[in-house]
Amino acid sequence: MDLSLTTRQEGNHTVVVVGGEIDVYTAPKLREQLIDLVSGGSYHLVVDMEGVEFLDSTGLGVLVGGLKRVRAHEGSLRLVCTQERILKIFRITGLTKVFPIHSSIEEALAASE
Amino acid sequence: MPTVELRFAALNGHVRTARMIATAVSRRAGVPAGAADEIKLAVTEACARAVRVNRRHAPESPVHVALIDTPDTFTITVADCGRTGDEVAPGPDGGLVTASTLLDLEPEAADPPWWSETPDDDSAEDSAGFPPGLGLALIEGLVDEVEISRGPDGVGTVVAMTWHTGVEAAPYQAAR
Repeated sequence: MDLSLTTRQEGNHTVVVVGGEIDVYTAPKLREQLIDLVSGGSYHLVVDMEGVEFLDSTGLGVLVGGLKRVRAHEGSLRLVCTQERILKIFRITGLTKVFPIHSSIEEALAASE
Repeated sequence: MPTVELRFAALNGHVRTARMIATAVSRRAGVPAGAADEIKLAVTEACARAVRVNRRHAPESPVHVALIDTPDTFTITVADCGRTGDEVAPGPDGGLVTASTLLDLEPEAADPPWWSETPDDDSAEDSAGFPPGLGLALIEGLVDEVEISRGPDGVGTVVAMTWHTGVEAAPYQAAR
């Protein structure tokens, strides 16, 4: 299972829908996508993780890297995730304190207003 | 004797192969679904760490994985050929430090936490900003019992991860 990425604009937010496996092999693709968005002036990102089937520490590193980049422009990076197995990874690593995690894209967009 | 044994060249692409094999073996062993997810992630972290260590110190040496299924436990050992203790973050008591200690996630801490540092150059291939040992800290949070030991002949590090599955042995074993 590979990584799939689609992006769309929602007002001044860019929604990145991620699907498949984010591991040491596919994480560079997500990293490039986030770097491209920030370079292109998108500083408010919502990353939809609902279709993610696997996430490892490399993937966490890419998300943290993305957060650092948007913060450098006073932007935001919000995650959408309700899958327990993925949420558990954020809890174990303490990253629930770092990322705002929402249960839907609508909720993430509303929280960012 | 391990149920399944695997040796692979220290390349990132093979970490996925190891994950698929571990997932298949754990399914066959009948481990509960929650433990199967933990096994999948823990074996990935352990193998990715072993690949990094070998690439640094012994790029020609393979990573060795053993999957051992017993009636009550499921154990995975991952052995590298690097320097003993490489990428291991031992706590004061000799055990592993926890993720929260390792990452120092208190936002009010005197030293800026690792995630607030300015980004490294964009070409950085590794998970920039992550302290070495994060993979092991994640493993500690996922696995029932973790044991880190020196490899045979004092070469490398062996990460042994055990889950208490409490399921009967796979039928094909019980029949023998």
